[in-house]
Amino acid sequence: MNIIVCIKQVPNTTEVRINPETNTLIRDGVESVINPFDTYAIEEGVRLKEKFGGKVTVVSMGPPQAETALREAISLGCDEAILLTDRRFAGSDTWATSYTLSQAIRKINAFDVVICGKQASDGDTAQVGPGISTHLDIPQVTYVKKIERIDGNIAKVERLMEEGYEIIEIGFPCLLTVVKEINEPRLPSLRGKMKAKKAQIKKWNADDVACNIRGIGLDGSPTRVVKIFTPPARESGRILEGEIPEVCDRLVDYVKDEVI
Amino acid sequence: MDQGESRIKIIRDKCTGCAICVKACPFNALSMKDKKAVIDYDKCTICGGCQEACRFNAIEIKRVAGTRNEIDFSSYKDVWVFCEQKKGIIQTVSYELLGEGKKLAEKLNSRLCAVLLGNEVRDKVDVLYARGAEVVYMADTPKLKHYQDEPYTNVLVKLINEFKPEIVLCGATTIGRSLISRVAVRINAGLTADCTGLDIDNEKKLLLQTRPAFGGNIMATIITPEHRPQMATVRHKVMKEAKVDGSLKGSLVERHYEDDVFISRTRLLDIVEEIEETVNLAEADIIVSGGRGVGGPENFDLIRNLAKVLNGAVGASRSAVDADWIPYSHQVGQTGKTVCPKIYIACGISGQIQHLIGMQSSKIIIAVNKDPDAPIFKIATYGIVGDLFQVVPALTKKFQEVLKR
Amino acid sequence: MDYLLTEEQKMIKELARQIAVEKIKPVAAHYDESEEFPWPIVKVLAESDMCGIYIPEEYGGTGGGVLDLAIATEELSWGCGGIALAFAATGLGTFPIMLYGNEEQKKKYLPQIANGSKLAAFALTEAEAGSDAGSIKTSAVKDGDHYILNGTKQWITNAGEAEIYTVIAMTDKKKGARGASAFIVEKGTAGMEFSKREKKLGIRGSATREIVFTDCKVHKSNLLSREGMGFIVAMKTFDNSRPGVAAQAVGIAQRALDEATQYAHSRKQFGQSITSFQGIQFMMADMATQLEAARALIYSAARMIDSGAKDIAKVSAMSKLFASDVCMKITTDAVQIFGGYGYMREYPVEKLMRDAKITQIYEGTNQIQRGVIASHLIKQLSKKSKIA
Repeated sequence: MNIIVCIKQVPNTTEVRINPETNTLIRDGVESVINPFDTYAIEEGVRLKEKFGGKVTVVSMGPPQAETALREAISLGCDEAILLTDRRFAGSDTWATSYTLSQAIRKINAFDVVICGKQASDGDTAQVGPGISTHLDIPQVTYVKKIERIDGNIAKVERLMEEGYEIIEIGFPCLLTVVKEINEPRLPSLRGKMKAKKAQIKKWNADDVACNIRGIGLDGSPTRVVKIFTPPARESGRILEGEIPEVCDRLVDYVKDEVI
Repeated sequence: MDQGESRIKIIRDKCTGCAICVKACPFNALSMKDKKAVIDYDKCTICGGCQEACRFNAIEIKRVAGTRNEIDFSSYKDVWVFCEQKKGIIQTVSYELLGEGKKLAEKLNSRLCAVLLGNEVRDKVDVLYARGAEVVYMADTPKLKHYQDEPYTNVLVKLINEFKPEIVLCGATTIGRSLISRVAVRINAGLTADCTGLDIDNEKKLLLQTRPAFGGNIMATIITPEHRPQMATVRHKVMKEAKVDGSLKGSLVERHYEDDVFISRTRLLDIVEEIEETVNLAEADIIVSGGRGVGGPENFDLIRNLAKVLNGAVGASRSAVDADWIPYSHQVGQTGKTVCPKIYIACGISGQIQHLIGMQSSKIIIAVNKDPDAPIFKIATYGIVGDLFQVVPALTKKFQEVLKR
Repeated sequence: MDYLLTEEQKMIKELARQIAVEKIKPVAAHYDESEEFPWPIVKVLAESDMCGIYIPEEYGGTGGGVLDLAIATEELSWGCGGIALAFAATGLGTFPIMLYGNEEQKKKYLPQIANGSKLAAFALTEAEAGSDAGSIKTSAVKDGDHYILNGTKQWITNAGEAEIYTVIAMTDKKKGARGASAFIVEKGTAGMEFSKREKKLGIRGSATREIVFTDCKVHKSNLLSREGMGFIVAMKTFDNSRPGVAAQAVGIAQRALDEATQYAHSRKQFGQSITSFQGIQFMMADMATQLEAARALIYSAARMIDSGAKDIAKVSAMSKLFASDVCMKITTDAVQIFGGYGYMREYPVEKLMRDAKITQIYEGTNQIQRGVIASHLIKQLSKKSKIA
């Protein structure tokens, strides 16, 4: 089975803090990690390979430093890694990003399933996965919480919904976006780490994947950011002082109208 | 630097080296070299944040409109709201979008329209009129009974191509996000996800889409200047529902399509419902949440008791879920659920940013923690510094008395 | 301090630390309380290729040496000294096979240990034979193609959970120290039983049991080396494994230092952080210095062993002696820095102090280590006097 996994390197938002004076993000020393949801995608791809044989190719669009994320993906069991990097990709919104990734997938050509994480922890849009499947004109299922079985070219999957789940049948080639419930990502293995160190990461730019210049980067992005501002701070509240029974009484008094 | 035809550069003569722009850039694209600002063009997206912050007019941005889209945008009119229905029941997020959509339509002097796809949903059309829709575009066929990506995408694309709405809004639900992403790519439209604010810019009449980034630490306003329709998704409980006015009427535009429009390469085999033991977390108006301070699975009963008295849902921080004290379905936070209740009571939760991301837009936040320095107190409306094992039962008892439950 | 580790050793260190932080630390208190065997952690180690880092590549390992084992043991012990023992004690039980096994024995047992599917244990100690290992009473009597083992081994780490045991038994009492032999015995062999788990002061996440041999038949192909080599096998094994115990001690001590300094930094008394007080500062400095000295000694000893040097007993003993004594002091001081909180089970340091104690006792008490070191010094002295 030929599996492609798309990942993104993001700042570790668990470490992102705000500078209290300027109200802006403190980015120094914040390490870059594989987008948390993508680690589930990598794990699922590797599990499929272990079960059905085949190969996992991991792809990412990003600046040169995204290579470390790809190497980490190899240490987790991926076989080959491709970095899409080009100054012309900068400023891409989700349309341009999904277009670029889909061009890379077209170049790879032979694949049964593309697996993506549900969303990226910096943008949180969850748009790139569906965007890729639309560009490639392949069917998709989003929010997959379990791949129940695969018979030949047909997969039976469970899709997480707000009040339960759906069971959906989908044929290859297809795209799946996965949620946290699907598996428990493994830690890298030593052999994996050694393989990752020696691995040759392919680097493709816009010409290598035959991107239409008008479809990439800032130009290819229908949406444009015009303003960045810090959100109005929540009005600071107050600590209620006093003995616990009395404090509780007061609190209940303050909020009881909201409860009814 | 050129990005297509837009350009940004530092006017070195004017640059005083104050470095305010460096701090203002959300993409880390600015740094100081020899006391002058320098742009890393690999990271710059020409968002303009630095230009706004600069007090010396030392940053020049030239935005040149592209000429590739020779579409006449004046033919695009109206604000559309995709009204999601499940089992024939319209999801309340649609009413919230109709409420917001009306304001936008008024500013644009155009109509608010609803899109309704499904099977035997005809009786819902009046409901949508009552909520302010002047036109309802409907496709009613057994083939659309349950949501599937491809049929719904095909129909919505056909409707948009035929009627050319200026703006399309949709709820950021599981279905909505999947559907609208596909539609946006198909028709080469711009889509902004999870907007917390929508407005119309006075000059150019563009839809201003405001959304949080970096887990809510930064807000960004986004436009789609050269593509139509302008599309946005909005989360549940962010906007206010449109009021019901039974006297309102509208017009129905129905469409039927050939079989090939409904072809789906996926097959829905079954729908399995899992009713949660208590109120659905995402919908709840009151949530009582437990964190590491709760100390163990049995102690969560304290949290459950308080939630029960308040008719609320039970939430948890990641620490509690990782320690296996409560299932993941209760997790609130960056990798859990985002909630927006009227009251959020955080017990034994320190308030790490990844938890705050999930609940900071709650109307009233009450924090109970024995550590007075816990970050959660900074965003809490009311804070109690104390042992939750004393406070929570006391609150439960008092609410019980006052609410007579 | 940069110990100029190889790329591979750095990877081992990184991965072992990741496992310690993400998988071991969160459950350490649970296993200390419940005293269950940490099979989930063993599974993680197996899947990460950690189990074979000291086993040659031809038998399924990654071909590292004593230093690699020490680095991994140190990092895993940072998470929990007890849980790490499932891994470290397997090393102890594997060395006899690696050092003295024939090709057949190596091919049969090493791959399964390398891939983590089986754990190992080393059985020497008996009720009447601790430091005085020479007076073990477990006998191995030749009977045709088999040896019949009878006797009871005491306080064997991993006993009952491991599948592969290297057992030292007397084949010829008359020969005294030269009358012992080493055998590989597999769990499930008839006549081999395990008593209940011992309840211990510390390292409670590890399993310690008696092994009772009652007419246990072991095939002669499971004899390691030759009859009479038993104590040589044991001594050589200890020479290789002592840096591992030392590494466990350093890992525990490092954790204690990390916890204590972090606590000291945030604890305020008399209006300031207690790190402002010289009493605390001097304690922290001494702890950190001793810890680094112990680590440097272990790494040097391990490198020496890996280089193939013959005379390793003295440095090996030195590393174990120094590291364990230092660990006991550091963990005790850590509790002291925490003050009253240090005494409470809710805080992690009292466990570290309880875990530390065993490192001064097992694999040769520190008194024995001193004896070993002294006897080597004396031997060298008498050599010199012969020349002079």
